[in-house]
Amino acid sequence: MAKYDAIVIGAGHNGLTNAAYLARSGLKVLVVERNPWIGGAAVSREIEKGWMYSNCSYVCSLLRPELFRDLELARHGLQVVPYGGGVSITSNGDILGNYTDEQVQRREFARHNPRDADAYHRYSTDVMRQCKFIRPLLLRSPPDPTSFKPRDLREMIFLGRELNKFGEQFIYDTLRFYSMSIADFLNEYFESDVVKCHLSGSGIIGSAMGVYSPGTAYVLLHHYMGDVDGSIGAWGFARGGMGAVSKAIASAFKSFGGEIVVDAPVRQVLVRGGRVTGVVTENGTEYEADVVVSNLDPRRTYTKIFDPKDLPPAIVEKAKNWKIRGSSGKLNIALDGLPEFPALGKDNPLAYGDMHFLDSLEKMERAYDDWKNGTWSKEPYLDLLIPSMTDPTMAPPGKHFMSVFVQYVPPFIHGREWTDADREGFKNTVLDQIGRYSPNFKSLVRHVECRTPRELEAEVGLTEGNIFQGELTMDQLLFNRPFPGYAQYRGPVRGFYMCGSGTHPGGGVMAAPGANAAREILMDLRRPNIVPEGWSDD
Amino acid sequence: MTDRDRIVIVGAGHNGLACAAYLARAGREVVVLEAAPQVGGAAVTREFAKGFRVSGCSHLSYLLDPGIARELKLASHGLKWARTGLKTVALAQAGDHLVLRGGKVESGTVPEADRKALAEYHARMLRFARVVARQHNRKPPRLGGGGRSEMLGAALLGFDIRRLGREDMREFLRIAGINIYDVLEEQFDSPALKGALALDAVLGTNLGPRSNNSVLSLLHRLSGEAAGNDGLSIPEGGMGAISEALAAAARAAGATIRTSSPVRRITLEGDRVSGVELEGGEKVAAQTVVSNADPARTLLGLLGARHLETGFVHRIRHFRTKGMAAKLHLALEALPSFARLSAELVGERLVIAPDMTYLEHAFDAAKYGQCSPEPALEVTIPSLHDKSLAPAGKHVLSAVVLYAPFDPRASGDEARSELLDRALAALDRHAPGLRRQVTASELLLPADLEREFRISGGHWHHGELALDQFMMLRPVPGAAQYAMPVGGLFLCGAGCHPGGGVMGSAGRNAANAVLAMERAA
Repeated sequence: MAKYDAIVIGAGHNGLTNAAYLARSGLKVLVVERNPWIGGAAVSREIEKGWMYSNCSYVCSLLRPELFRDLELARHGLQVVPYGGGVSITSNGDILGNYTDEQVQRREFARHNPRDADAYHRYSTDVMRQCKFIRPLLLRSPPDPTSFKPRDLREMIFLGRELNKFGEQFIYDTLRFYSMSIADFLNEYFESDVVKCHLSGSGIIGSAMGVYSPGTAYVLLHHYMGDVDGSIGAWGFARGGMGAVSKAIASAFKSFGGEIVVDAPVRQVLVRGGRVTGVVTENGTEYEADVVVSNLDPRRTYTKIFDPKDLPPAIVEKAKNWKIRGSSGKLNIALDGLPEFPALGKDNPLAYGDMHFLDSLEKMERAYDDWKNGTWSKEPYLDLLIPSMTDPTMAPPGKHFMSVFVQYVPPFIHGREWTDADREGFKNTVLDQIGRYSPNFKSLVRHVECRTPRELEAEVGLTEGNIFQGELTMDQLLFNRPFPGYAQYRGPVRGFYMCGSGTHPGGGVMAAPGANAAREILMDLRRPNIVPEGWSDD
Repeated sequence: MTDRDRIVIVGAGHNGLACAAYLARAGREVVVLEAAPQVGGAAVTREFAKGFRVSGCSHLSYLLDPGIARELKLASHGLKWARTGLKTVALAQAGDHLVLRGGKVESGTVPEADRKALAEYHARMLRFARVVARQHNRKPPRLGGGGRSEMLGAALLGFDIRRLGREDMREFLRIAGINIYDVLEEQFDSPALKGALALDAVLGTNLGPRSNNSVLSLLHRLSGEAAGNDGLSIPEGGMGAISEALAAAARAAGATIRTSSPVRRITLEGDRVSGVELEGGEKVAAQTVVSNADPARTLLGLLGARHLETGFVHRIRHFRTKGMAAKLHLALEALPSFARLSAELVGERLVIAPDMTYLEHAFDAAKYGQCSPEPALEVTIPSLHDKSLAPAGKHVLSAVVLYAPFDPRASGDEARSELLDRALAALDRHAPGLRRQVTASELLLPADLEREFRISGGHWHHGELALDQFMMLRPVPGAAQYAMPVGGLFLCGAGCHPGGGVMGSAGRNAANAVLAMERAA
């Protein structure tokens, strides 16, 4: 039986980051992955010959720059290319585009509503201030507010001080920001429905809430707090698809002497005398270690790979109640050419970014109602990108790859499994919507990979296909993530840790949970801390 | 004493009256000016059809602060209870009605596990509601500003949460910001039970069971019981009796109350208030003006935005005030008979909310400006407890109907008759023949409540009770301590902490703020 210092279950980007730091500290580390490939939901796969699909996560921004530098991911082959543009197209053919030049952007907003143009400045300042507050906290473990341990008290005081730095009004704004609906939040700034729709998409992506649901303003922040090369809020493509992120982290891990076995689904975490002793895979191979780290989501971790008698019953109950609702789907499309969008005209640089087809907040909320009623949205919110325009390595010359993220798609149809007819219906709903804005689109479609939450669960292992490993609502954020009392990455069994997006600070290819978990493990093993703290932006 | 020492209170709602009573007891000259011919604001008993009287807006008392009732001796000023501790009867189409009292299922088919879970749930929610109740009579602390006393206030709040104990504190911090749907789904199986419990979390709000903030709204509702009230009660003479008793207490302490005296505007001298001007042109000079009107009406209407800083005006404009609850009043020629409901239960609180999906669907329609196709109802027949409300042998039915949009897509008249018809249909399904017993009816949409009770948006809390409009954020951050940014102007209504629900706390806290300001001057 092979003996290791630590075993990480799952080679997602967080598992790999966690493993990389443990290995770098000098530990003998093994990563076990059930798929024949690594990366979890940060993968590039050649489903159609010649095309590289980022078939789950598709854009990069939240990846912590501290970790990018510290693990020398650039040297390990990761290149993040920022993309510009981005546009919302309305059904009457009008557009609202994103521009980098402030004056141009202002004119674009003013075209829709002059007062909104003024408000946009105020809005960006407010949101940016929230980003500045939260960014340095991403690479810290959340304190337990019920604890009197010096470390938790210190951390609480630190948080209070950080808040105080921004002043009294900021504290109130923060309380409001974290609890409001994105619609109410935007209503405080803007009047034009198109402007509000254009900005509200980030509040619902990946979330089982509608634009009118209180709590969605935070989800928006979650999508804004990243950066590309220090440009906060910017998004980019990992060259070669999102698999490049996992590959680079894996390469760093291996350079520290780490080992990865693929095709090795874990059957059970072995526990003896109240502490972990290793894992056994489906084919019966046992690996021994005193530290076991799970990159899986909390539900899967505590209901699938443990013998329930090794766990406190309350934990199993909490895992069952963990809100991990699938709400998103995806179409990955191979195109024989570049589709035209008449609303944009030819060669419009706006087409390099995210495209949306929007009219009103009401239409977006109705899309959520469909999901609540157990079916995919009949007028879904799409986040459509053509990465091959920026990164030609993703498709053969002259051809293109289109990534279409779809909100909302339920994990079950009226409580039952998806059928092929449902899948076909869902696919056509999305293709039809795009076709309405691009007449030549359908004729260019060569291959479509249709991914409902079921495919995401079956392939990546995310329960119900939730892209964040658990809803980003207040009961599941900060010291409540994954469960109150377990937010500092330690599990209920000695030697067991969690490192996935189901822990603080959540999903979005940040790698922060993996790094934070590594810091806690090294602390428990009484080894020096080598995991970087968050930077301040100033 | 000169005119200048006078305190004018705009509006004789229950909070205005409580505020008046406390200030008069402290020896101040207090004049209350009320636009309506009677006192009470939304806590009022009024005739809606010849011989039929009903509580016009709020129809059950559960939040009245026991401390205020004691201090102002409301009992000796005439407040009597016709009925306390009402049970909740969740009507079921099949006749298998659920009867709930506190954490107990008194009858109805509910799995054993759910009965046990309900006892735990109720006890836990009450413990959490006690934390909320402890804040009722405190001025909300400022966070990160205002010096030592404010820090102490914030510490006190932290201490109240801490002393729940570790397990409870964790659970409190987990659920306080989320929705009732998720909480109930974790603990119960019975759809009927979940429907009835969820209704309490969304009554009078702009929330469906799946909307976050609904747990907070439930805790607010339960905070009355946590403060020592015996659940839901009906005063003798309707809700107006509470206002009458408060008015009597205020008068006894020396306050003057003038009804039919609508205030046109609050007057200023320099940057301080100098009094008010009535609709008739009469001026009443005052050193201090306390407004029981809602924040928008007070600051943008009576005072005028031009006297305020733009950022502040912007925030007040965005204080969310649109109500989503309608009020139904029926004059009945006889007591309706509900299918398979024993006679002694007809006088309890009857609810129609068969499951959470029903509620959520009812809510969905209202999001888009439509009245719920299948509304949820909270029904009482107060004439069973209080004969004075209806002619002998006849009855009056009072119901809250969910949901009705503030600004319906259809015209107000269409929406009104549509919702009335649907509410009657829902009632008739459970009490066949009820429709034929109706001799007069009245349905007040939120817009009607706005008109009748002068509450902007027609929201019975003066503004949505949500985390972003709660405590130090109510009505808007920076003005949550009753004193407004204009010298001598205070708010004392439900738009301030701790919110609506006929409690009197906002009135008393505002009185304390006025007195504290005088001391500091």
